[in-house]
Amino acid sequence: MTELPRDSVGLVSPETAHFDDPLALACGRTLQAYDLVYETYGTLNAERSNAILICHALSGHHHAAGYHSRDERKPGWWDAHIGPGKSIDTDRFFVVSANNLGGCHGSTGPTSLNPETDEAWGPDFPMMTVSDWVHSQARLADRLGIERFAAVVGGSLGGMQVLQWTLSYPERIANAVVIAATPKLSAQNIAFNEVARQAIRSDPDYFDGHYADHGALPRRGLKLARMVGHITYLSEDAMGSKFGRDLRSEDLNFGYDVEFQVESYLRYQGDTFSTSFDANTYLLMTKALDYFDPAAAHGGDLAAAVAPADCPFLVVSFSTDWRFPPWRSKELVNALIRAGKSVSYANIDSPHGHDAFLLPEPRYQAVFAAFMQRVARDQGLEDRP
Amino acid sequence: MMRADLKRIHGWVPEGARVLDLGCGDGTLLAALARDKGVTGYGLEIDPEGITACLARGVNVIEQNLDEGLANFEDDACDLVVMTQALQALRRPDRMLDEMLRVAGECIITFPNFAYWRHRAYLGLRGYMPVSKSLPHAWYDTPNIHLSTFNDFEHLCRDKGLIIVDRAVGIGDHEGHWTSRWWPNLFGEIAIFRVARHPG
Repeated sequence: MTELPRDSVGLVSPETAHFDDPLALACGRTLQAYDLVYETYGTLNAERSNAILICHALSGHHHAAGYHSRDERKPGWWDAHIGPGKSIDTDRFFVVSANNLGGCHGSTGPTSLNPETDEAWGPDFPMMTVSDWVHSQARLADRLGIERFAAVVGGSLGGMQVLQWTLSYPERIANAVVIAATPKLSAQNIAFNEVARQAIRSDPDYFDGHYADHGALPRRGLKLARMVGHITYLSEDAMGSKFGRDLRSEDLNFGYDVEFQVESYLRYQGDTFSTSFDANTYLLMTKALDYFDPAAAHGGDLAAAVAPADCPFLVVSFSTDWRFPPWRSKELVNALIRAGKSVSYANIDSPHGHDAFLLPEPRYQAVFAAFMQRVARDQGLEDRP
Repeated sequence: MMRADLKRIHGWVPEGARVLDLGCGDGTLLAALARDKGVTGYGLEIDPEGITACLARGVNVIEQNLDEGLANFEDDACDLVVMTQALQALRRPDRMLDEMLRVAGECIITFPNFAYWRHRAYLGLRGYMPVSKSLPHAWYDTPNIHLSTFNDFEHLCRDKGLIIVDRAVGIGDHEGHWTSRWWPNLFGEIAIFRVARHPG
């Protein structure tokens, strides 16, 4: 690609922030030093009042919008919603998007060197939780001179980080946008995660997480994990209309090679993922999902748990999302109502299941943009600075 | 320019009240109440355009079907529940009235008065289901499945032992003429009721 789309933030490059002050983690361990890799889009205004933090999902990363090069095939994962004139309008807002700790795209994680042993952390990397991520993001904000975010925004696991932001740093977040998320995983959600973990951990090439030492990669396990995960991201209808019972060739082969298009698609998704994502990161991220449950410390009373929150919320769900269905979002909305918090909720009709939060859809965009325009107005931001 | 029923409600709502607006539309009323009277609360709506308009205005809006009730609101969660021009579209208006007075001690309800003289003339003289400014739909596609009259609603309140704190009627965009104050059931196009739970 030579000409970049006009509504794109254009060419972007990641930056790395190094932190030397130890970070105490929920698991009881401490990260003595760490890097966070991040991207920014737009310009921070003089008042530093136009900053938006983007939190990413399970397999996401810091590259949320724009292109790393003119040859890059696809833009950042949330390019549909971040850019000039888009819901998160980079003509108004300064957008920060970081790779979470424990990730495998540049921030300190299992593939990084453990300074104490001078070897890669591998499976010894400390277990991360959503609140650990939020604390590390707050330090990044300090580094960038951002006292208070105009909004913190995220989908799926990203939405859980947004919720945690409102509880850990209520004075540092002016608005919260929680999309396709849940206040805690259901038994079924945890079950799917466990299948994914078992797929990885039972791969002979996993070597108890020390695959790097053996020059191996648990590709088969990671592939299976992704295939299972991917099924939960799509709706039955979306899969049906995309693949139906279409065959790769005209006739049945009566064998176990790929016959149906959906098999081919899943295998392709799994294969691509298995060579680009770190297995230990995947395990750690699924555990962070499982552990998240802010109500647990309040006897399961979510309304009591959200008491510290002090900003308007926008909660969005999608009609065919069966991973985190609309009623899981409604659970959060109802707790916020019970706690007397400022909250709005929209359930978007979409055939795309959980993945809908990544895609452009007219009503989703209208709802998102309307809320963000009000955020801009409340922060006194001009249309075009 | 605010609709006559909204203007009247605006006058009735006390300063700083916690208000729940059922079928809040584009959020006009809640936005005006927040601005003029420091009112807080939520609007419930199912129309996508209404929801987007509320978000743009900064009105808290929850996408929720009123026919599914108000179970997500606790007893006495609010000071006042408002429902304008939605009662007649509900599956069970009587149950909604119970729900509204569970969530707040007082509620304000407005609905098109089917006994308005123009509606009577339409049906009585022409022999067709009335179509008017307050009842703009044809009989086959109307969302208004429970039309009632000013008198009907008063009876329902009496049967339920509720207190009618105040009542008024509107005609078009204006408050009613003196005739509608004397004969609201005949000359009021929009019925406006302010109803309270019986103490104790």
